Amino acid sequence: MNFDKLSRRQVLGGTAAIALAGALPAKRAFAADYTVGFIYVGSRDDYGYNQAHAQGAAAVKKMSGVKVTEEENVPETDAVEKTMESMINLDGASLLFPTSFGYFDPHILRVAPKYPDIRFEHAAGLWVPSMPKNIGSYFGYIDEAQYVNGIVAGRMTKTNKLGFVAAKPIPQVLRNINAFTLAAISVNPKVTTQVIFTGDWSMPVKEAEATQSIVNAGADVVTMHVDGPKTVVETASRRGVYVCGYHCNQAALAPNFYLTGAEWDWEDLYPKFVTMAMKGEKIPNFYRGGYKEGLVKSSPYGAMVPDAVRQQADAAKAAFLSGNFVIYKGGLKDNKGNVVIPAGPGLVQTDIKLESMSYLVDGVIGSTS
Amino acid sequence: MADASSLGFWVVPIAVLGGAVRVSTPFLFVSLGECLTERSGRINLGLEGTLVMSAMVGYGVSYVSGSPWLGVLAAALTGAVLGAVHAVICGLPKVNDIAVGIALMLFGIGLAFFLGKPLIAPKANILPAIDFGWWTTIPQLHDALKINVLFLLGVVLAPVLVWALRSTRWGLVLRTAGESADAARAMGYSVNRIRLRATMTGGFLAGIGGSFLSLYYPGNWNEGLSSGQGITAVALVIFARWNPMLCFWASLLFGGAAALGPALQSVQITWGYHLFGAAPYILTLAIMIVTCSPKRTLVGAPAELSITK
Repeated sequence: MNFDKLSRRQVLGGTAAIALAGALPAKRAFAADYTVGFIYVGSRDDYGYNQAHAQGAAAVKKMSGVKVTEEENVPETDAVEKTMESMINLDGASLLFPTSFGYFDPHILRVAPKYPDIRFEHAAGLWVPSMPKNIGSYFGYIDEAQYVNGIVAGRMTKTNKLGFVAAKPIPQVLRNINAFTLAAISVNPKVTTQVIFTGDWSMPVKEAEATQSIVNAGADVVTMHVDGPKTVVETASRRGVYVCGYHCNQAALAPNFYLTGAEWDWEDLYPKFVTMAMKGEKIPNFYRGGYKEGLVKSSPYGAMVPDAVRQQADAAKAAFLSGNFVIYKGGLKDNKGNVVIPAGPGLVQTDIKLESMSYLVDGVIGSTS
Repeated sequence: MADASSLGFWVVPIAVLGGAVRVSTPFLFVSLGECLTERSGRINLGLEGTLVMSAMVGYGVSYVSGSPWLGVLAAALTGAVLGAVHAVICGLPKVNDIAVGIALMLFGIGLAFFLGKPLIAPKANILPAIDFGWWTTIPQLHDALKINVLFLLGVVLAPVLVWALRSTRWGLVLRTAGESADAARAMGYSVNRIRLRATMTGGFLAGIGGSFLSLYYPGNWNEGLSSGQGITAVALVIFARWNPMLCFWASLLFGGAAALGPALQSVQITWGYHLFGAAPYILTLAIMIVTCSPKRTLVGAPAELSITK
């Protein structure tokens, strides 16, 4: 084509046609099945956070008429926005599960308004009514399962020192450390928990060093909140101390030292959400739950846990199942001596104040800064 | 278990000592390997990929064969192969070794993640440790003195390399290629062949470092395993002035620094754990700034190295 010969009229006409075509609503790729997209920040089989979500995705895959598309190792940057848009536009996904904490703000909040018909379900985010209605945030009160861990740990320790390898001092992590410690103290008042922060979600060498330091400081039961607990579980068992798991069941890694563990139960929740979305029902924008709602569970007890301890831990589980147990009681003090929860009935699990926790309770050795 | 609190602040130096021995080994092998490669006049930035890839292969071979030592060998050979790929590509005319290194780093990491998927869950046999702490009743010290054979190998290797580079014909030829390719050619040596051998040996050593990660400490295979240790070790060679013995001390320093943050937290010094983690990098930067000069290249830097030319 010779562009020199184009008349002014042809140029105007062509430009208008292109503009019109661009203004037409983009037609999404046609898919016979209902497509659900899962996005993970790390590896799908990390014995941890991502594996727990991938097990939920696997449960969705088994449903008929549903197609699952997954992408792993997606960083919490603009990359996740591109992944979400490509899942919507190329794979035809109608429901997305971007599972990592850092995907929420600003990435999901930026993409969701562009696609009002697509549903975004995010783990751990805090949805407020001013946010787009097609975003949902769900999460489990896994501190309940860490509370049960704490009861077992508090009874099994001989040195009265527990250890907690944590990634970053954010509310979800602090909640786990505090629940674990409060439970241990409730069955053994002499207990203290040494917490060590590694600074990031997946730092195997740092996690191994942190575990070594905790054991060197005298702890004989260790638990953790990092993305892949494998390193901590294995290092602790090599040092010959007990360990309580997190995210997933890690008993296979340390059969002689694995007491129990706090696990997610997304296999139960995800198919439920997908069914609701397929039927056109409204998924609650804000969804939370613990043992009672089936969002968390405990690993089976290790053979070394005596019956008396099991009964005590089972009693705590039963209390959570009945739905009226309060972990964070009135008059609770932090480890600097300040009263952080005013005297009174305390904060129930659903209390939104707990989701901005910024303190470590009395009995925890460590600091959030 | 003895009363841990009686140790008080002594927990920290013991932890740093133990950490230095445990964490330093991959740094040591990668930096010794890179030191050789760079002394021959070529820089191989791909060692991060080599480290990750060989860690995966070592773990896989140990899992399948049941022998961790076979895993170490397989990891080292993987490293040598990746080194050979780097050397052969860089031997072609007008190829930039830094760009090839970055490409191989991404290739090694990507391939390791791809092939390593089925290896995340299984448990492989890992390397044993030699107990040098039998004489002590302090459990912390006892544990710090459980030392892996690979570390000892590195301890021996560093002075041997210093000697070999200085006093053998092989070392002289390698240095000639690194200082003046023209001189080496005039003597009738093929510069490319010398660099091929040096890069393969460098890859071989980095491979051993990788096997240490997956087969001893932390002792499993996962995708965050290296978290940049290979690339740190390459920088460490500059820090150590291309001297194998200084590489050894620098590796101990970087290893000890990794243990410092957690150890300080365990004695209730809770501020600044990010800062302690960054300490070796700040030190490297400080030394670079203090010693650099616009009038000459870095002391000890091979003249043929593309970063100093």
